[in-house]
Amino acid sequence: MSYYFAIIGTQDNPLFEYEFGTSKQGGDGIARFAEQARHMNQFIVHSSLDIVEEVQWGNGQMYLKCIDRFYQNYVSCWITGGNVKFLLLHAPQPASANTSRSSTSIGANPTSPQTEEAIKQFFTEVYENWVKTIMSPFYQVNMEVRSPVFRSRVAAAGKKYL
Amino acid sequence: MASSKAARIGEEVWKSRVDKVNAELVTLTYGTIVAQLCKDYESDYIEVNKQLDKMGYNIGLRLIEDYLAKSNTMNRCSNFRETAEMIAKVGFKIFLNITPAVTNWTSDNKQFSLIFDENPLADFVELPDDGRAQDELWYSNIFCGVLRGALEMVQMQVEAHFISDVLRGNDSTEMRISLIRYIDDEMPVDDD
Repeated sequence: MSYYFAIIGTQDNPLFEYEFGTSKQGGDGIARFAEQARHMNQFIVHSSLDIVEEVQWGNGQMYLKCIDRFYQNYVSCWITGGNVKFLLLHAPQPASANTSRSSTSIGANPTSPQTEEAIKQFFTEVYENWVKTIMSPFYQVNMEVRSPVFRSRVAAAGKKYL
Repeated sequence: MASSKAARIGEEVWKSRVDKVNAELVTLTYGTIVAQLCKDYESDYIEVNKQLDKMGYNIGLRLIEDYLAKSNTMNRCSNFRETAEMIAKVGFKIFLNITPAVTNWTSDNKQFSLIFDENPLADFVELPDDGRAQDELWYSNIFCGVLRGALEMVQMQVEAHFISDVLRGNDSTEMRISLIRYIDDEMPVDDD
């Protein structure tokens, strides 16, 4: 299971990117995207912004769950009160590697309630840290987030829940 | 003995005689001031430090009056050690609800350090990563000015500066304060 996490600002501009792999089921936390998929990830996430706009006013929740799918790439979204979008692209590993063991993992079932819940916890934690980060007086709206502290906290959240 | 008395006074005044405001309001207001200064002086952090110190000095000149009125301790501190205790346990307590630790005295009792375990001004703050702010900006430098101004009004000339700050990646936030002299009452020139 590989993840690509992006934060998109209010002008559909990217603010933060982070790639990581699963740490559950003995995963080593390293993303295993194919080299050409790396560029695709940005396209896929960007194209799902249209769908975010369609569903964002629907239920009044911040967590919009899995909103888009492109072949084996699933995109989950969390939208903050300030219209900043957290997008998480998750791609299950091709079924070749030990299917029996990973079949119960959250990675293998991208739309199962367990996966939804795990991603929600991940988003919630990132959101808390996001709020703290943008409260810094030296941060301006829609500015790219370069804080190493924030990056490490996102990494920690990814490791903890995904 | 004196130290526990100071702690008691601070606690009592904080509970009964101080109007409280939201901590985040203070944090964000101060943060905005510093950020704006950095912008106005085009990231000349040495100058920003100076300006913060100057603002603090002007606050200190007035704040001492408020401090004396609230704490009701009209008797003079008998020595500089007692002054330090009162600053940490009463002054910082009633205005910010923190109690920095007083340590690292020199043997002549004229220099000490305040170590800030918590600093309400610096919550959420991350210094700009331009490679200089980490070495040059003392984010909470307004405190130095406040102490300098306040003590000057009670006949103590001091020098205060930060020597470490957790925002810069140091282990603690430490301010060094040195007593330069007690200011004697001076007669105006040509006054008979």
